[in-house]
Amino acid sequence: MAKIDARIPEGPLAQKWTKYKANQKLVNPANKRKLDIIVVGTGLAGASAAASFGEMGFNVKIFTIQDSPRRAHSIAAQGGINAAKNYPNDGDSVHRLFTDTVKGGDYRAREANVYRLAEVSNSIIDQCVAQGVPFAREYGGLLDNRSFGGAQVSRTFYAKGQTGQQLLLGAYQALMRQVEKKTVKLYTRNELVDIVMVDGKARGIISRNLVTGEFERHFGHAVVIATGGYGNTFFLSTNAMGSNGSAAWQAYKKGAMFANPCFAQIHPTCIPVHGEFQSKLTLMSESLRNDGRIWVPAKKEDAEAIRAGKLKPTQIAEENRDYFLERRYPAFGNLVPRDVASRAAKERCDAGYGVGATGLAVYLDFKSSIERLGEDVIRARYGNLFQMYEKIVDDNPYQTPMMIYPAIHYTMGGIWVDYELQTTIPGLFCAGEANFSDHGANRLGASALMQGLADGYFVLPYTIQNYLADDIRTPRMTGEEKEFVEAEKAAKDRFSKLLNINGKRSVDSLHKELGLVMWDFVGMARNKEGLQQAIEKIRAIKKEFWTNVRIPGDAIGMNIELEKANRLADFIEIGELMAIDSLNREESCGGHFREEFQTEEGEAKRVDDKFAYVSCWEYKGDDQEPELHKEELQFVDVKLIQRNYK
Amino acid sequence: MSNLFCSSIGKKLLMGLSGLFLMMFLLMHLAINALLLVPDSGETFNAAAHFMATNPMIKIMEPVLAVGFLVHIIWGFMLTIQNRKARGNDRYASGNKTLSVSWASQNMLILGITILAFLVLHMAHFWVKMKITGDDLLSHTTITIGGVATEVENAYALVNYTFSYLWIVVVYVIAGVFLALHLSHGFWSAFQTIGFSNTIWRQRLTAAGNVYAWFVGIGFALIALLQYIFYQG
Amino acid sequence: MEKNINLTLKVWRQKNAREKGRFETYKVANVSTGSSFLEMMDILNEQLVNEGQEPVAFDHDCREGICGMCSLYINGRPHGPDDDITTCQLHMRKFNDGETIYIEPWRSAGFPVIKDLIVDRTAFDKIIAAGGYVSINTGGVPDANALPIPKDDADEAMDAASCIGCGACVAACKNGSAMLFVSAKVSQLALLPQGRVEAARRAKNMVARMDELGFGNCTNTGACEVECPKGISIANIARLNREFLKAKIQD
Repeated sequence: MAKIDARIPEGPLAQKWTKYKANQKLVNPANKRKLDIIVVGTGLAGASAAASFGEMGFNVKIFTIQDSPRRAHSIAAQGGINAAKNYPNDGDSVHRLFTDTVKGGDYRAREANVYRLAEVSNSIIDQCVAQGVPFAREYGGLLDNRSFGGAQVSRTFYAKGQTGQQLLLGAYQALMRQVEKKTVKLYTRNELVDIVMVDGKARGIISRNLVTGEFERHFGHAVVIATGGYGNTFFLSTNAMGSNGSAAWQAYKKGAMFANPCFAQIHPTCIPVHGEFQSKLTLMSESLRNDGRIWVPAKKEDAEAIRAGKLKPTQIAEENRDYFLERRYPAFGNLVPRDVASRAAKERCDAGYGVGATGLAVYLDFKSSIERLGEDVIRARYGNLFQMYEKIVDDNPYQTPMMIYPAIHYTMGGIWVDYELQTTIPGLFCAGEANFSDHGANRLGASALMQGLADGYFVLPYTIQNYLADDIRTPRMTGEEKEFVEAEKAAKDRFSKLLNINGKRSVDSLHKELGLVMWDFVGMARNKEGLQQAIEKIRAIKKEFWTNVRIPGDAIGMNIELEKANRLADFIEIGELMAIDSLNREESCGGHFREEFQTEEGEAKRVDDKFAYVSCWEYKGDDQEPELHKEELQFVDVKLIQRNYK
Repeated sequence: MSNLFCSSIGKKLLMGLSGLFLMMFLLMHLAINALLLVPDSGETFNAAAHFMATNPMIKIMEPVLAVGFLVHIIWGFMLTIQNRKARGNDRYASGNKTLSVSWASQNMLILGITILAFLVLHMAHFWVKMKITGDDLLSHTTITIGGVATEVENAYALVNYTFSYLWIVVVYVIAGVFLALHLSHGFWSAFQTIGFSNTIWRQRLTAAGNVYAWFVGIGFALIALLQYIFYQG
Repeated sequence: MEKNINLTLKVWRQKNAREKGRFETYKVANVSTGSSFLEMMDILNEQLVNEGQEPVAFDHDCREGICGMCSLYINGRPHGPDDDITTCQLHMRKFNDGETIYIEPWRSAGFPVIKDLIVDRTAFDKIIAAGGYVSINTGGVPDANALPIPKDDADEAMDAASCIGCGACVAACKNGSAMLFVSAKVSQLALLPQGRVEAARRAKNMVARMDELGFGNCTNTGACEVECPKGISIANIARLNREFLKAKIQD
């Protein structure tokens, strides 16, 4: 297993990061100017990293497929960001945030990384406040906190229901400040299509200008991938339409290992699917579970009457309601982690108690909170979410309960990185949702923002120097080197191949087909037979795609179908790897639920002696099976126990 | 401060300040016009007109007023030209259906041009005759000011004669309405531009603006109308 | 209740920034009133692709009203005939069977058309780059609770900060003015002690950049506020005027 070395610093957990920083190599200011860093993606991780690199004096080039860095999907995060500040004095600490995260991730995360994440979480809040992020405050003028799933303390900082937006705008503004100072060069509507390797190291990228259709060569002493997750493999997800896994996938194909691809998070509180032309699913923040109670009718006949439109939820008497999360998990109630809440909802719907026209929905009810706190308080807390819901569903959630159902939301898996966030390719780093690092098999609410910003503001700026310190004598490349020329040619060939298929099927129709297979077989509940079937089906879709996709237009100028097709080609392969990984992992943990492995009460059953590892997949060629490597996880500071939220 | 008036907000500040200045002038103008309604065959009005014509303070203010008008008009045109350019070459085929935006606020230039046209006529009727060409109707009359018999121009006669034409009165009434519309947006807008507004004051200023605008607009129109109906012969 | 409707669409098509554009007429049938406007556009595009034509290019991403990417001028209004929403949140229940819908790009000299309904809004980034931030580097900042901020100020700053940068304000303004956008950022940061330090510099630089980029002059019509999907108030514009004039007079 020489290929997998997490390079975790020696010493006690709490001192690893301090020790690392004390001993790492640095680059002096004069040399920083001579070093180029490419950052791909402008979400929380990418923007914060690029801004920090620029402030330090490096030459940075940053790429986004959107028209502005501010559009990155981090913007859609609603609920909040965790930090171990312990402002409410409720017993929080770095260590507790660390253990909560490891436990929430069902013991499939790397201890050292998670501890560092908890450690820097407080600095993130300080940084963001200093940037002018308008976090919610108490009347005394100090910061307010709320509680989130998987924790018994209130450690979540928030800015209305738009925390991701505010944090991203903070990072974006810091980035634009560097753009103005010319330390960062911004490339918008520009997509990575390949990573250029020189002598076994990542030395640049080939990108495609989405407006002109031209290919560009960009050199960097190091490359950072921060392009988010691959949840859109499922077609329907809470991800943005443009969110894709292609940059990460190119890294994989160049030799970076892909870790735990099967760990995808299903978020319990999304607006249910309404019809076949649905393009995406809308998340309702987890914070709603602070004041909303989840229930289904306790009697099947009531559920049936509701589905038929003969009964309204408000007509169901209190004693005929089944608050199934409160019933099953009295200690955490409606605030159990996302995977647990999602599965519980699915269990009720599968048992025939689901509501809504399709029977695939449960209620999220604010009645008792409105009675207790008044409508004004609820409006102040969640007004924008309620408005959002009403605009989509045309139903007033102050009066009738919301309907929700789980949907794909986040991918814990991603490019494997070591303690320094470096992939198995030297010089290629990966940050934010795109890497696999900190959340194990399930991410806790309000931790994604924390991780993205931790990686970008407080981890990469250190660790990338440790790598670049050895590169100060490497001169800039011009882009005329044969590696660049060849990579560009390969990318061009791929795009002309796509354009030359000239088949009959639209990109979206194939994507929807892939999504259905993923949801049915690689979704909330998986089993061996289904996964084997899924792999077959995905391979058939791949074949269909490469022989029968239809892309109107040409390679010159903007061609949106071509962009989508290129991303779908990768989604299909990602889907296959997810299925392969799910099949390999013969246990249930976090977001990965294998029906064969559950307790008698239907809870996920881990198999620690066999699967307490990170599965790292190595690309072996287009029609070859990928090779599995294992990073064995050592748990020193936390004990592996079955998660218990009862 | 050097390049304040090169900036968009600086130019608008000029519009706002000149507007506020003109609004004060209008109030004074209206106050004097109101004297036309004193039923003393114009004695009071003539006294006021004489005061205005001879007071050194007013002498100084006259060119300032002219500058105020010129700035307001020139900058108004300048800003509108810039704004049309900023709008781009293509217009929306589906028009503009934004609700609850006042018509006046969208058409300040049109209203302004109409008022300007009226102003030309107004100046020709009175200012030109009083200051440059002279007119037989202005022949001197003697009134008592503060117990002293003073010989003054009979401005009242000119005004009274002018308002004996129906078409002129109609023009004045229309101009009054246009002026009111222009002011109904201008009043609040001027305060907004100089930065004196927020959510609460906006409501107060809009209300005050409407009262002011219609008071002034109807005031001028009404005086002309009453002159035509009740003060002839 | 949901039903299906048929529509005629007049869509602006333009190959690229240089070529002239024109309206094309399309028919879409059986659109569920429960689907979103952009899902209706997806249906149209699926139809076009199946006919071998190029689909209509339009900006969109999060489809939940927060990224600010979607930008259509629909039947005379930015983001269409509903209040406080973005185009992606507009639903077909707002339209009638047999209706003709005009779909146009944002029109403003500051936002040139790139293709079809997609416009270039990088001018907004340039304005932010001119000063829409607090000039601090990563690290070395005081504790988050070191400076108490009155809740009302924090809330007001949050309201201003909720701008999504979609450009509807410019699209709605008869003057093509970007004042609402600029004032929202200037206000947010001026209201917070962290941003107060360089408030004067920020106001001057951002306004100068806005002017330079060819946006028009605000005439306080308030159309921006009506069409803003986040309901940002033009009270922010008054504050920007105040901040700017104060800064200039102090020079």
